[in-house]
Amino acid sequence: MSEPWEDDELDGPVRKFMYVNRRAPYGTIYALESLEVVLIAAAFEQDVTLVFMDDGVYQIKKDQNTDAIGVKNFSPTYRALEGYDVEKLYVEKESLESRGLTTDDLVVPVQVVNNDQLAELMEEQEVILSF
Amino acid sequence: MPMLHTVNKSPFERRTLDTALRHAVKGAGVLLIEDGVYAAFDGTVVAEKVKAALADHKIYVLGPDIAARGMSEHHVIDGLEVVDYGGFVDLVTEYDKVQSWL
Repeated sequence: MSEPWEDDELDGPVRKFMYVNRRAPYGTIYALESLEVVLIAAAFEQDVTLVFMDDGVYQIKKDQNTDAIGVKNFSPTYRALEGYDVEKLYVEKESLESRGLTTDDLVVPVQVVNNDQLAELMEEQEVILSF
Repeated sequence: MPMLHTVNKSPFERRTLDTALRHAVKGAGVLLIEDGVYAAFDGTVVAEKVKAALADHKIYVLGPDIAARGMSEHHVIDGLEVVDYGGFVDLVTEYDKVQSWL
């Protein structure tokens, strides 16, 4: 008899997971932890949506160079998400604008949505995890 | 020399910079480090507040923390001084004491 995790058909339920990223990348561990959990959900072939809002938009800022602070630069990992079929990336318009940023400043292609559109997207989810 | 105040929290998430500025006497220095560096750039909703503070304070920002976050020294508000780790040490010795706002 095979163990459940040896079953070739991973036919468990696929749920709509949204990860809401609201923290800057290096001051706290939230951003990196969120990224780890997103990759786990992707490995289980869940329907993953990522949101970057508030200081979370800084997670995907281009040109991060952490050599001088002695911390791993994990920003290239966001570009690898596409390879895990994580392609629904949303950025809140108001968060970008208040920080003087545009989509040209970001390492990955994103859809920019406003407050109200984001609220609707959140309503469509089954599970929301906020970091 | 009065005190050097260090601020390490994002001005968009916490009120730490406001609190530090409210308690800094004229001539006191302010050094932005870690997530505090996000206060240092032009074109943001906090830029005017930082510019206004320049009337009473020298404001410094730590270069390695700018680079780590992918921000550009070219966009630092005019009048702020970018320092490296050696400059950080110099500031600590130049000012009488340091208050680290957390």
